[in-house]
Parts: sequence; C-alpha cells; structure tokens
Amino acid sequence: MKTLFDKVWDAHEVLRRNDGTSLLWVDRHLVHEGSHHAFRKLAARGLPVARPDLTFGVADHYAPTRGAPATPAIAGMMQTLADNTARHGIRHFGLGHPRQGIVHVIGPELGLTLPGLIVNCGDSHTSTHGAFGALAFGIGATEVAHVLATQTIWQTRPPVMRLTIDGTLSPGVSAKDVALAWIAALGVDGARGHAIEYAGQTVRNMSMEARMTLCNLSIEGGARCGMVAPDDTTFAWLRGRPYAAAGWDGAVAHWRTLPSDPGAMFDRDIAIDAANIAPLVTWGTSPQDALPITAQVPAPDTEQARDALAYMGLTPGTPLTDIAVDRVFIGSCTNGRIEDLRAAADVLRGHETRVPGTVSPGSTAVKRMAEAEGLDRVFSDAGLAWVNAGCSMCVGMNGDTVAPGQRCASTTNRNFKGRQGPGARTHLMSPAMVAAAARTGRLTDVRTLLRGRVA
Amino acid sequence: MTGWHIHTGPVAVLPHENVDTDQLIPARFMSAPRSAGYGQFLLHDHPDRARIAGAEILIAGRNFGSGSSREAAVYALVDAGIRAVIAPGFGDIFAANAVNNGLLPATVTPEDAAALMRHSGPLTVDLVAQTVNGTPFTLPETWRQKLLNGWDDIDLTASHTAEIKAFSTTYHGKNPWSLPNPKGDNPCE
Repeated sequence: MKTLFDKVWDAHEVLRRNDGTSLLWVDRHLVHEGSHHAFRKLAARGLPVARPDLTFGVADHYAPTRGAPATPAIAGMMQTLADNTARHGIRHFGLGHPRQGIVHVIGPELGLTLPGLIVNCGDSHTSTHGAFGALAFGIGATEVAHVLATQTIWQTRPPVMRLTIDGTLSPGVSAKDVALAWIAALGVDGARGHAIEYAGQTVRNMSMEARMTLCNLSIEGGARCGMVAPDDTTFAWLRGRPYAAAGWDGAVAHWRTLPSDPGAMFDRDIAIDAANIAPLVTWGTSPQDALPITAQVPAPDTEQARDALAYMGLTPGTPLTDIAVDRVFIGSCTNGRIEDLRAAADVLRGHETRVPGTVSPGSTAVKRMAEAEGLDRVFSDAGLAWVNAGCSMCVGMNGDTVAPGQRCASTTNRNFKGRQGPGARTHLMSPAMVAAAARTGRLTDVRTLLRGRVA
Repeated sequence: MTGWHIHTGPVAVLPHENVDTDQLIPARFMSAPRSAGYGQFLLHDHPDRARIAGAEILIAGRNFGSGSSREAAVYALVDAGIRAVIAPGFGDIFAANAVNNGLLPATVTPEDAAALMRHSGPLTVDLVAQTVNGTPFTLPETWRQKLLNGWDDIDLTASHTAEIKAFSTTYHGKNPWSLPNPKGDNPCE
C-alpha cells in the first residue's frame, strides 16, 4: 500500500545509492531570471542542457509591471535569461509574450504541470504544482545546474505527513486562511523536511486555484512539497491545456491510480477542522504569526515576538481591526489567479478604496481573462492600479516595493522583514481580506462587508 | 569544490529564530554576478550585521535559512568567510544549497546551541568526529561525505549517464503522456 507521494517518487527513481540517496528523473524544469547562476555554472563546464524539450523559461521575478524595466540591471536580468534560453534551444516566454507570467501560474495554465510528474524550479514556491498531484519542489542554483545538465536530481526520501482538512469553510474564508491556520498551529518549521499530502473533504471540495494556494504555502510551514491527489476537478481543469498530455484518455487512466491507497501509512497524521477557521491576518514577521481578524495584537512571549512587534510598529492589545494600512497589493504565485481576482473584485465592486494599491494578475493569460470579465474596471474604478503580470511587490525585485515604514495588506506569501522592500511592513491575508482593507483603510473582517450578500 | 574535515575559527552568535534567506541577502542584491563577491551583502539590512564580521563559524537559532530557495544566501555566507553554521534546524533548501557550496549546516539540540552561544573563543568543527568542540551534531551521511570529499553532484552523476538514458527510454515508453504535447507550441492565443 502506497501513498500518492510514494507512487510518484518510485516511478521516477533512476537509481538508489547505498546511503539511501536517490537519483530522480525530472519531467519538467522551469527556469526564470534568477537561474543565471546555474547557466553560468553550466557554461563554466562547457556542458549542454540535457533536455531542452523538458525545460521552459519565463520572465517573472524581474518583470516590470508597467512601462520599461526600472533599471539597466533589471533589464539585463531578463536579457540574460533570453540569451541563455536561446543558446540552449529552450522555449522562453519573455516579456510581451502572451504566455508570460509567474512561473507557478503559467506551469499549470499551459498544462506543463500534470499529475504524477516531477517538477523542479529554482524557486521555493514550486510546491504550488503539487496541487495537481505532481511531486514539485524548489531547488537551489547548484541543483538547477544539475537538472539542466542531467535532467535528474539527487534527493533523500522525505517523510510524508498527511494533513486532513474536514469541515465546511465559512463564507469569507479561503484556502489562504486554511494555510495560515495550520502554519500558525504547527509553526514555520512544523512540517520541516516533510512532503505533505493535503487530504479531507474540504480539500476535495476546493477548486484547483484554491488547492494551488494551499500547496503554494507548504514551504512556509517548512515542508519540502505539498500534494493533493488528482481527481475529476483536476482533470477537468487540465483538459485542453496547450501542453497537456497528447494521449489524454490513457493519461487520465494512469492518473486515477495515483491517489494514496486506502490504509497507506503516513509518517505523521494531522487533522484540522476547517469549520472553525476565521479569516486570518499576520501581525508579525513570520507566516506563523497569524491570528483571526477578530483578535488583538498579542503580548510578546519571546524575544522574536518582541522584535517582530517593534519592526511592525504594533502595540500589544490593539484590536487587529484598528491597524491602519498605507497600501494594498493583490497578486503573486500565492493569490494571483483568476479566482483570487474575482474574490477581491466581489468585495470592491461599486466601492472606492481608502488607500492606494496595485493589482498584478499572476499571468498575462489571467490578465486577459480578468479584462474579459471586466474585473480590471472594478479595480480601476475602486482606485487601484491594474498592472502587468509578474512577481512584482511580493519580492520587490523589479522595483515594485513598499516604502520604508509603510504598512501593506498583501495577498503574498512572506511577511519577512524587508521582503517587500527595506523597512516595509507586510500583513498577509486572503484576496477578499486585502480588498476589505483597501475599502476601509485598515485591517477589516471581510465578513462584515459581505453580510447579506453571501448565502 | 575542495573537501575539508576540520576547521577552527572565530565565532559569531546570531541568537534569533527563523533567520530567513531574505534577511541573509535582501533580494535587491541578487542580480550581481558571483564574481562581485557576495560577502558584502550578507545580512545587509540586519541590525546584527556588524556582529558577524570576521566570523568563520556562526551559531544561530532554529530554522536558520528558511524561506526563499536563493542560493545567494549561501554565497553571501561563504564569501564572507563562514565555513559552518550551527543551529537547531535549518530550512530544507538552504541546507542542501549550503552543502553544495562546502558550507556545513550542523544541527545540534536547542540546549547545545544555547550552550555553544555562551562559549567564548574560537570553536573547532570536526566533520570526521561530527562534533563542535566535543558537542555532537547531526548531518545526513550523504552530505557529510560530500563535504569531506568535496564531491560535486554533476561529476557524480556523470558516471550514471547510461543508466539515466536507459531509464528515460523505458519511462517515456511507459508514460508517453508525461512529455509536453507537441501541439502545445501551436500559437492559439
């Protein structure tokens, strides 16, 4: 009896050394501007890319979201990727390409991500692709160079943790809240070194977009990857995607064998009740510093918490809903998909925002879809800037940053010190919660704004 | 990469938990080529930056190097002269990156980390005995061998080229669906 993880791992094991380390075949390797160190390592050895047909490049981390690149150095990063991919015959979705977008948004969108595959990328949020039942994990530059050179990766088999989520999510509560809830409960290293399988009825009921948000944040709880067993929701979402399986019926037949066998053993088993989850916001500088929006800024019990509160400029005992924000950001590989934009637009429609902000769709395709639905108008009419696709203000590499000392309500994945720019203060939350904060100018329980509008 | 087995050097203490890779090297420095030397960027915006100058062994709180997969965090440590980081746990990707650059991520118990933080004077890290001044640390055996021997994964894998080729032929024969659909390249937008 095997778990989903076991089945995917075992199918990819080229060999196993006596010390237990396995050499795994990699089905998809996604590269971005940050992969320049790896290409340089390859060039230094004069090595070719082993499988350019399984490698795909995209401009996202440094992609400008409006106008030209902010600096020559930023333009240079995108040019370097264009040059490296061209040199090695790798398909590249650069700036202006209709398929450009955040790597973890376009991989699934193009059908590059499929159940049962191993997907690697030099980015920690590669865990996102696990939503499809792929084994997907982020790697460093030396490993990127290794995958480029060999289409394989050395890995030690991680323990597998099943996180079972049952219960119905309340209106205004999303996959982002579920993720922040378990990370707050277990801690940022609570799942360290584990592969997580997300199971339970709540997960089964989730859309692919929601599952991607859930898997995306696996790394914030310390996990190596997160996975969801593929099902009809998965297959329906993938069907007809450009690069998805040529022999579709055979593929689906295989994918149906992937879910964990009944009675398969997990190294750890954790269960959480989704019905008890309220919309969450973070107050500190680590994703585990999350509390229900109805709570107050906690009294610090550790040196780290004291330090976090000082950085965030917060006083213990302050109701979270009294915290004023300076700006908002909606986007990122965590919450930049069409459903995320719809959820935010539902809160903003017909209202003006009290604070400025930016909406960056996760991909050019998401941007087009949102515009076809008129969501761009909802955001623009509300007073938010509707910009192009990229990592943008989640990591600030393209120059989209939050000013020092400013407070941003953000749909992104990390509230680390300086993440959105030196001295920037980040509060993580769901797209609907960010929209609510935009409307009132302070952290806000979106449920109070949705009252009477949702069943 | 050259192997090593023992190192004695000056110590710095970074007594915080969850020192993430965004703190180790802020994103805005990552477009620099490695030849520029990444040591100047280490903990650039961190209040304890001055404290680690000249150190070769770093003792830190739990979950060191969590967050982003940026290997630049390891480059910054290595280029600043750090040979080993001792902590009660590391970010998964960070630890792998460290070993790939000859930097030892040595895991000790929280109690031992606290005791080592109180130690004054240089420390000796021994990869053969797997100790820091006599205190044991844990490290996956594969990684210990890599550090000791200076092994490089691309070199190691080169000896398995034939097995990889045979594997991929069989694998793609059995799982043709796993290849990108050639129709995917047709412009459909």
